[in-house]
Amino acid sequence: MATQNSRTAARLMMAPTVILLLGWMLVPLTMTLWFSFRKYLPLRGGDMGWVGFDNYVRFVSSSSFWPSVRTTLIIVGSVLLITVFLGILLAILLDQPMWGQGIVRILVISPFFVMSTVSALVWKNIFMDPVNGLFAHLWKFFGAVPIEWLSQKSVQSIIMIVSWQWLPFATLILLTAVQSLDREQLEASEMDGAKPLQRFGYIVLPNLARAITIVVLIQTIFLLSIFAEIFVTTGGAFGTKTLSYLIFQRVLESQNIGLGSAGGIYAVILANIVAIFLMRIVGKNLGA
Amino acid sequence: MTRAVTNNRKIINTIGAWGIGLLIFFPILWTILTSFKTEGMAIADPPVFLFFDWTMENYRVVQERSNYLRFLLNSIFIAGGSTILGIIVAVPAAWSMAFVPSKRTKDILLWMLSTKMLPSVGVLYPIYLLFIHFGLLDSILGLTLILMLINLPIIVWMLYTYFKEIPVEVLEAARIDGASLKSEILYVLMPMAIPGIASTLLLNFILAWNEAFWTLNLTAAKAAPLTAFIASYSSPEGLFFAKLSAASTMAIAPVIVIGWFSQKQLVRGLTFGAVK
Repeated sequence: MATQNSRTAARLMMAPTVILLLGWMLVPLTMTLWFSFRKYLPLRGGDMGWVGFDNYVRFVSSSSFWPSVRTTLIIVGSVLLITVFLGILLAILLDQPMWGQGIVRILVISPFFVMSTVSALVWKNIFMDPVNGLFAHLWKFFGAVPIEWLSQKSVQSIIMIVSWQWLPFATLILLTAVQSLDREQLEASEMDGAKPLQRFGYIVLPNLARAITIVVLIQTIFLLSIFAEIFVTTGGAFGTKTLSYLIFQRVLESQNIGLGSAGGIYAVILANIVAIFLMRIVGKNLGA
Repeated sequence: MTRAVTNNRKIINTIGAWGIGLLIFFPILWTILTSFKTEGMAIADPPVFLFFDWTMENYRVVQERSNYLRFLLNSIFIAGGSTILGIIVAVPAAWSMAFVPSKRTKDILLWMLSTKMLPSVGVLYPIYLLFIHFGLLDSILGLTLILMLINLPIIVWMLYTYFKEIPVEVLEAARIDGASLKSEILYVLMPMAIPGIASTLLLNFILAWNEAFWTLNLTAAKAAPLTAFIASYSSPEGLFFAKLSAASTMAIAPVIVIGWFSQKQLVRGLTFGAVK
């Protein structure tokens, strides 16, 4: 049993991590909170004093706020739908007996390891370039007029790029969950005459529910803050400005720190709402 | 009869899975192939798949024109440094939570995880100010510290789930035999924990290598890692597909190979032990 001594030692051993994370969380967040209540334009007059909730009101009433919320919801929602739906199909396919399973897994998982600036640029140029891109060649081959992807179909293009990046993650996690399904239960249902679709609906899907929830929550947290994919493709133009990109522009491009900070606080609150659900699930698992 | 049926199914599965796998992998494959083409061949219509004059020219030009090696070293220092630093800080914390748990251990773990959920953009300006104040802007040290803090929750969690699986009885036996805390860690825990630490190291190295918010916003010329180096190719300058591909291939090849070896750890690390 742990003695008093080892308990003190344990606390000391945790101290560095706790102090670092506490500092990392509290110091910048307090500063953001402080700036959000001030009119602060470093390049045009500096800190011009306390303005109460002015920035919070102005951030949500600016003409770019609601479009950015809409874009964020469309991108996050679509990517979640695509990756979870295809991820389930892929996970089930990869679970079947086949030759070269290990290699197929490697092929499927690879996009996850490609840094976001690379995948964004490769898609933007080599695939989506309206003149020399592969898609343009393909469209011309079928006699169609090539699409200017990142200006005409900008949001769809970003959804495509981001889905390609996150499909491996969803697939891998769902595959892990599929592989831990109770084989006897499945075989029993097969012997009882359940059709493949019935087995999927009544046994596979309910057992995947937890894994799906985890994929959705974790991806949501990462997807809410996608940055490089927009930064190097459209730079926020053509209706691709997400909430976090809008905040980035307010802070670094127009150097309106007060306004950007108020936006930042909104983003923190939004992320926390998602995080609470994720923590519940993770926390339950810890208790076991 | 049944055997033939299962074999048929296996063939269909194999064709289907390989087809989809290659489709998903295609953008990477195409980038690698393009990196060995001339600029003219890279945009040829119809596209050329394999039968072209392979050239190493792009790699030479990329290295000469933009000093690729320096960005590569920056990436290695930043990703490697932040991961190793994070592990040094996290091992004692994870050890104490796994072996001397208290009533609050669960809450502390969840709180640590919650710091990971903090959206970076919400603290961009404060960090920017602090970096200017401490002279850390565009420095390897500054980025190493930031990436260490960002990945610290994941590092602690991964280590914790690995340490949890080490049988406590062995540690108690060592304690009864009179081993001090130090030798308990050094000679009993470490050998059993090294596989877990290695996996944690691999996954977090990849995450730090690919991090593209802070590396883009806090670096300029000096400390820029590969993420920023690639982003500098976003302004089109005439024919450059082949060079972009060469630069991209060099930036992603090392971690893709590391990534293949850490698939399992990826699941554990990024679901915080909720899916194993």
